[in-house]
Amino acid sequence: MKKKSFLDFVSENRFIHIILSIILGLVVGALFLVIMGLRVDAVYGKLIESVSSIKGLSNVIVYAIPYIVAGLSVAFSFRTGVFNIGAEGQFVMGTMGAAVVGILLPDLPSVILVPLCFLAAMVVGAAWGIIVGILKTKRGINEVLSMIMFNWIAFYLSNFIAGLPAIKNEGNAEATKNIADNAIIRFPKEMTQALGVDKTFNWGFILALALAIIVWLIIEKTTLGYELKAVGYNKYAAEYGGINVDRSILTALAISGALAGLAGALHLMGRSTRIPIFPAQEGFGFAGIVVALIGCSNPFGVYIAGLFYGALMYGGTRLTLVGASSQLINVIVGTVVFFIAISVIFSNLKYLRRKPQSADKTTDATGKKG
Amino acid sequence: MSKEYVDMSKPVIEMRNIVKKFGSFVANDGINLTVHKGEIHAILGENGAGKSTLMNQLYGLLKPTSGEILVNGKPIVMNTPRDAISAGIGMVHQHFMLVQPFTVTENIVLGTEPVKGVSLDMATARKNVVDISERYGLSIDPDAKIEDISVGMQQRVEILKALYRGADILILDEPTSSLTPQEIVELIGIMHKLTADGKSIILITHKLKEIKESADFCTIIRMGKYIQTVDVDSVDENELASLMVGRKVTFNVDKPEQAPGKVILEVKDLHGVDYRGVEILKGLNLEVHAGEIVGIAGIDGNGQTELVEILTGLRKGTHGEAKINGVSILNKPPHFGFDHGVSSIPADRQKHGLVLEFPIEDNLILQNFAKQPFSKSGFLKRSPINSHASRSIENYDIRPRQSEKRPAGTLSGGNQQKVIIAREVQNDKDLLIAVNPTRGLDVGAIEYVHKYIVEQRNKGKAVLLVSFELDEIMSLSDVIDVIFDGRIVSSIPGNQATENQLGLLMAGGKNA
Repeated sequence: MKKKSFLDFVSENRFIHIILSIILGLVVGALFLVIMGLRVDAVYGKLIESVSSIKGLSNVIVYAIPYIVAGLSVAFSFRTGVFNIGAEGQFVMGTMGAAVVGILLPDLPSVILVPLCFLAAMVVGAAWGIIVGILKTKRGINEVLSMIMFNWIAFYLSNFIAGLPAIKNEGNAEATKNIADNAIIRFPKEMTQALGVDKTFNWGFILALALAIIVWLIIEKTTLGYELKAVGYNKYAAEYGGINVDRSILTALAISGALAGLAGALHLMGRSTRIPIFPAQEGFGFAGIVVALIGCSNPFGVYIAGLFYGALMYGGTRLTLVGASSQLINVIVGTVVFFIAISVIFSNLKYLRRKPQSADKTTDATGKKG
Repeated sequence: MSKEYVDMSKPVIEMRNIVKKFGSFVANDGINLTVHKGEIHAILGENGAGKSTLMNQLYGLLKPTSGEILVNGKPIVMNTPRDAISAGIGMVHQHFMLVQPFTVTENIVLGTEPVKGVSLDMATARKNVVDISERYGLSIDPDAKIEDISVGMQQRVEILKALYRGADILILDEPTSSLTPQEIVELIGIMHKLTADGKSIILITHKLKEIKESADFCTIIRMGKYIQTVDVDSVDENELASLMVGRKVTFNVDKPEQAPGKVILEVKDLHGVDYRGVEILKGLNLEVHAGEIVGIAGIDGNGQTELVEILTGLRKGTHGEAKINGVSILNKPPHFGFDHGVSSIPADRQKHGLVLEFPIEDNLILQNFAKQPFSKSGFLKRSPINSHASRSIENYDIRPRQSEKRPAGTLSGGNQQKVIIAREVQNDKDLLIAVNPTRGLDVGAIEYVHKYIVEQRNKGKAVLLVSFELDEIMSLSDVIDVIFDGRIVSSIPGNQATENQLGLLMAGGKNA
């Protein structure tokens, strides 16, 4: 093999592309700060400061949990060839599924209630994915379109359920009741105080890690993963090889939907403890798409990307303290995603130094312009 | 060829002792090439022999590690294709570089559009295009959109594009790979017209017949090394093939006489519709016995595609019977036929045959991943999968070696086909269906594929061969069934059929 130069290394390493995208996102964010007349060092300093204490870090992890699991949902769909843009709706429905169980069965002990809430969220989330899958496989309806519709159906359905007498908060709050204490998965108060972490710190981060491992096992090690990937890459060859393509698509959407639903349950049972009547889509599922992209659809990459995303989101809430809008974070995130989407440009960095080496790329250019 | 246009005193291209290394891999190892004015010079080599690498250096896409290139007697250094174009070299790639929604004219002038002020002068552009197409006798419709014209016409547009940029030397990379036989004849005519006009053509190909029909000289490259430049008139196809692969190539398949056994595949009165819902199979009857190869000869569109799709479970039959060993496989899912004894080499290897993103080892277990020894309790077992792949790569001569983990899409077409054949032959079913099994392969690979198909037959398996290559049908089949208009119209013993007789039957004529 030929000796690799630094530029070759940069060009061929996907991880480096992601880091470069993040740096460029921060640079563009800095430009906006300058335009707004703010000091870059003060704002970014605040961002870093806010996540560098124990308390801050614990908040980052709490914020990150739903993003990680929603990211796993979308990453799983990417790897199996369906684009689950419907994670948003599945997340919302999963949250509501867990909330209904957590509100209506307050007397059950934790060991039963917590798994029951998880199960409800997974079933509802999976169902939300399967309905779209059936429309696709039986009726040929484009899944992206129906998923976007189902996101809105979930949004309004959630608001409707949240307003039902048995579910709605008795006070003035435009939200559901709080779920039962037994359904909440936070660390005990004595423990959070002893550790110095935020009171919302919960078991979700361990569960998310377990889910990442399970998703990785399914995709990489099982016959199920083989089958789903084969259908995702080339459904014709899969069908020719004897795989039931429709069933595979439904399975992939069900698993992806269950993960998104579970993400909602973890958010509810760890952080929010109740569901507001939404004025607008909250975007956890959409954030899952971003997290899956940043994590290269690798389950462990998604875990790290989710933590990064959580850090930005938590840090963003602190920015108002130095006079910057928390929307700035969304500018940075958007720019990062933009650069990841076009990160193939980083693969061309090696041509900075040398003459063209790849026949394909250069003929494309010259063939059209030559 | 008569070489009437070749001016041996005027070498237009001289490549001297070209060496191209990629790291430690030597793609071109001391290659010499001289092309004269008015000459058609073929470059012959197996898939991966280094033909494209050589041409990419001539077109400025790659720089030689050492050696020199002379154009019209003058040494030249080409850094980009732009340098090659200004030296009068044009290249028509195997996969066309055309903008589909643009017209022929727009594509030809793209990048060198005539302008009037700040706007395009399309009237002048159109006139220039018409002029140049008339001058070389390459008739085209200047206003047609690329997406509406045939592949052969698109190729003309590519050639005109090169001529429009002033090319005197044209490199044609595998120009016939996607053309119909009629279009190939037309292309050869065009090539001769161009050389009559003083142009020179470098033809990259692995099709021996076309070299014999069109080229004046032929340079043979094998494993990156220069072998020889021959006068095409002085060699026959067999000699060219042997020079190319470096061993004796036998076009005749060693096929011992053997009596057919029991009926394996039985198709009775089969009806079926095509993708538009029009009835295309109209009561087809067919039998394939153990230990026999039945070849289906026919012109494309007479129902052979649908027949195979029905037999492999991808399409439903509307009426009739199809049985394997007495078990009906009609209108069952693909795995049913597989479980009951049908394996097949599909016509479209990249669509149906392979998951290109999957590594070779995973492609080799496409039907068997859920079975022992490749998995247990739902988990794949990598070590048997990997050793199965290693054995297959060795036994079926899949190149490169040690490619178990490489995505199938990175292999050459011939080696992709070998992966499918390795898989389907090792499935070892009673019936092997092979559809155009050698399309796009070089002679060396074709020989292997034929060997494996005949081996299956010799082992007592039934083989149904569907091919548009009449030569292939005639050399392999024990029985040739001619398909016409959705029926088998004639069944002839393979050793008695003649090309004329088959041609007549395929066109709907009566058996003489």
